[in-house]
Amino acid sequence: MKVEIDNLTISFPSPQGMRAAVRGVSLTLGAEKLGIVGESGSGKSLTARALLRLLPGSAVVRADKLNFDGIDILKASERDMRAIRGRRAGLILQDPKYALNPIMTAGAQIAEAWQNQRKASRKEAMQAAIDLLAQVQIRDPKRVAESYPHELSGGMGQRVMIAMMLAPDPELLIADEPTSALDASVQAEILRLMEDLVSRRGMGLMLISHDLPLVSHFCDRVVVMYAGQVMEELQAGELVRAKHPYTRGLLECLPSLSHPQTRLPVMSRDPAWLA
Amino acid sequence: MRGRFGRLGGLASSLLLTLFGLVLVTFFIGRVMPIDPVLAVIGDHAPEDVIARTRAAMGLDHSLPVQFAYYIRALVQGDLGTSVMTTHLVTEDIARYFPATIELATYAIILATLVGVPLGVLAAVKQGSRIDQAIRVFCLAGHSIPIFLLGLMSLLVFYATLDWAPGTGRADVAFEGMVPVHTGFLTIDALIENDWDSLYDALGHLVQPAGVLAYFSMAYIARMTRAFMIDALSGEYIITARAKGLSALRVIWRHAFGNIAVRLITILALTYAGLLEGAVVTETVFSWPGLGQYLTVSLLNADMNAVLGATLVVGLIYMMLNLLADAAYRLFDPRVK
Amino acid sequence: MSGVRTAWPNLLDRDWLLTDSPGSRSQALWGQRYRLWRDFSANRLAMAGLIIVLALVAMAIAAPLLATHNPAQQELTNRLATPSAAHWLGTDELGRDVYSRLLFGARVTLGMVLAVVALVAPFGLAIGCIAGYYGGLVDKILMRTTDVVLAFPRLILALAFVAAIKPGITSGIIAIAITTWPPYARLARAETLTIRNTDYIAAVRLTGASSARIVLRHITPLCLGSLIVRVTLDMSSIILFAASLGFLGLGAQPPSPEWGTMIATARRFFLEQWWVPLMPGLAIFVASLAFNLLGDGLRDVLDPKQR
Ligand SMILES: Nc1ncnc2c1ncn2[C@@H]1O[C@H](COP(=O)(O)OP(=O)(O)O)[C@@H](O)[C@H]1O
Ligand SMILES: [Mg+2]
Repeated sequence: MKVEIDNLTISFPSPQGMRAAVRGVSLTLGAEKLGIVGESGSGKSLTARALLRLLPGSAVVRADKLNFDGIDILKASERDMRAIRGRRAGLILQDPKYALNPIMTAGAQIAEAWQNQRKASRKEAMQAAIDLLAQVQIRDPKRVAESYPHELSGGMGQRVMIAMMLAPDPELLIADEPTSALDASVQAEILRLMEDLVSRRGMGLMLISHDLPLVSHFCDRVVVMYAGQVMEELQAGELVRAKHPYTRGLLECLPSLSHPQTRLPVMSRDPAWLA
Repeated sequence: MRGRFGRLGGLASSLLLTLFGLVLVTFFIGRVMPIDPVLAVIGDHAPEDVIARTRAAMGLDHSLPVQFAYYIRALVQGDLGTSVMTTHLVTEDIARYFPATIELATYAIILATLVGVPLGVLAAVKQGSRIDQAIRVFCLAGHSIPIFLLGLMSLLVFYATLDWAPGTGRADVAFEGMVPVHTGFLTIDALIENDWDSLYDALGHLVQPAGVLAYFSMAYIARMTRAFMIDALSGEYIITARAKGLSALRVIWRHAFGNIAVRLITILALTYAGLLEGAVVTETVFSWPGLGQYLTVSLLNADMNAVLGATLVVGLIYMMLNLLADAAYRLFDPRVK
Repeated sequence: MSGVRTAWPNLLDRDWLLTDSPGSRSQALWGQRYRLWRDFSANRLAMAGLIIVLALVAMAIAAPLLATHNPAQQELTNRLATPSAAHWLGTDELGRDVYSRLLFGARVTLGMVLAVVALVAPFGLAIGCIAGYYGGLVDKILMRTTDVVLAFPRLILALAFVAAIKPGITSGIIAIAITTWPPYARLARAETLTIRNTDYIAAVRLTGASSARIVLRHITPLCLGSLIVRVTLDMSSIILFAASLGFLGLGAQPPSPEWGTMIATARRFFLEQWWVPLMPGLAIFVASLAFNLLGDGLRDVLDPKQR
């Protein structure tokens, strides 16, 4: 499995003409853990969703290359896309409160993912859903399977989400800010669970976040985005050696217990970054 | 579960309150009327003492609150008085005319739902496209066209000119009264009797008024379906469903539509209630022997017992449907605890 | 110099209107209005609605000038005539000129609509704002009453009411108004509830403004946007309502050229002289459609959440 993105541009129509939200993004990803970091609105989600062709209808996507394991996403038929979405790649969204269907039980939603493109009975699917819930370390999988999303906590909901996306045994997992909506105490737990599952299955992971140190902790490589462009790409261990002023700015703006500052610095931005 | 039924109890009490309001209003309308109810019964030229005696017999010499109490008591006993026009008990008249209205409204809502819901879903899925625009105009037209104009034009085109549909009324003269009454619904009675000719005739007579009524409510149903669906389709869980690799049909109907189904039931119940009103005008156009026509004729003859009785009954059904709409929401939506 | 600059010389200057950093309050206001207008006028259906509505109003006002005949003048030798050069839309069952009657009928219809709106909007707005602002028992009582009236079948209650008083335009207006106000009260209440708790109102309260002043000067104006949308959309249903009353013989009475009444009197002839009832029917349809199109467009612009 290999993801190749070359010179990806995503634009939306606006009253002032087409406005590009993602501009010339290039990156590759194999069976490894790639982090994408950037502030809100920098185009992380659009980039990830373009890969599964899940963008809103008004989006215009252009790229020199947008491949999933050799399949050209821009040219693929809807049927080909469903083969990728359902089987080979999963997507975890930010807030399980909105990302889970409120009128279906958690079990039914996982079972649906498992049963999709498989020939199996309802009963088998439900059993598989309960097994999957156990795999994401839910202690009482039966009860959770029968619960509706509004009856679950955020962390529990995100586990359901992960179970659902792992159901078809994909090769790539895209996690779009999977912990941003969760309490700090649950965040690490969820990330560790995800990392563990991904490593054990030898999957690729695209972890999107606005938290640079967090991402570098869990990933092999980090791509830093700003205003729809890639600023810099780094090995996770070399974060301290980041050259780009934006990356440095992100790191310096962090509050730190070991070096307390009286006032948090404000990021200064240079239009020249967007050359 | 107990919370749910507790809330239903609240609904029932609000129904009682509304019902009380309705009774109060009909009572006052009955009293406001410039036509003296006594004279309506015994004629203009009765001698003074007859008038006074009748007045006392009708309880009209009491104060308003006492009269209201009598009114309520009569209502509770199911006494709506006698129709001056038909000389029957109003309750009997209503029992005779109401099934025709219900039958008409039911066929109309079925037709409206079968057309309106898919149109609304289609418009939402193709939001902003030409199809969406076309559906929008089609619905706005349905919202704007006076129902009697549509009815008259339908008669002119499909009955008088093309002769595709039978004329006004509920049955042809040859079939009038041929089917024994079981339920009062002509189509069902014909089925029970295995009388296919009568059934065919009855359906033929239903097509036009039901179609006209349906277009009127279809517009509303489609419009609300579209709005609900656009809302549902913009949900994050739709992205999730698509990311699971589900087919477009399944995403649209199972996930998006599944989420609006309960809200839609509410809309359908409200629309059905509205149809009972639309039936008043439609029945006049198509000489449909239902409660609407009964009401209009009574209105024009100032037959107040009949008017108020029919108003009360329609009002009661209307409120029940409103309540049902609310109850559906509380009972079927897993999010309401 | 720049401080006392008035808006009007700049109203044709797009850059001035669209600037991201308006120099004055009136510039910001006009910029906002211009943007609303630009969005609205891009919607062709809504523009069509607006133009028809304006044309209708103009026709109603200028009816005596535009009419070719006296709308009441009968010509019994020329009954139910087809449209011709002398009678553009033909004549009715008493030989009256249909075109001229339609023009004067527009006055009746639009007059009824205006009267209903003038009764209903302020009343509903007042009830809703008071209920929303004061809350508590006042809110409970007012909203309970509103809900009770809302649960009545409108047309049927109006019919019973009209029959009880006396069929006619005035009782028609009152009957429609009595059954139309509740949604306005609900709308105004909902808006008031969201506005009431804003920091902006809290600030006004801190200045020592009285409750009445807050409701009147600060809350009511903010409800107007959604109210306008509602009124425009309601106008079409009021037109249909009035026409239905006329058609059933319980609204305006003949010889009034009210459109619904015209259909009622011409209905007997519709199988042969179908154009006679068709003309007023089309007039009702066009007027009601125009208000619907206009309201729909306004809703898209002023109230994008609702769609
Ligand atoms: N449907 C849309 N229409 C117009 N612009 C959009 C749309 N979706 C996203 N954008 C624009 O794209 C930018 C990047 O969005 P996104 O990828 O969601 O950012 P993030 O990095 O926070 O995930 C946003 O700032 C927004 O302006
Ligand atoms: Mg995002």
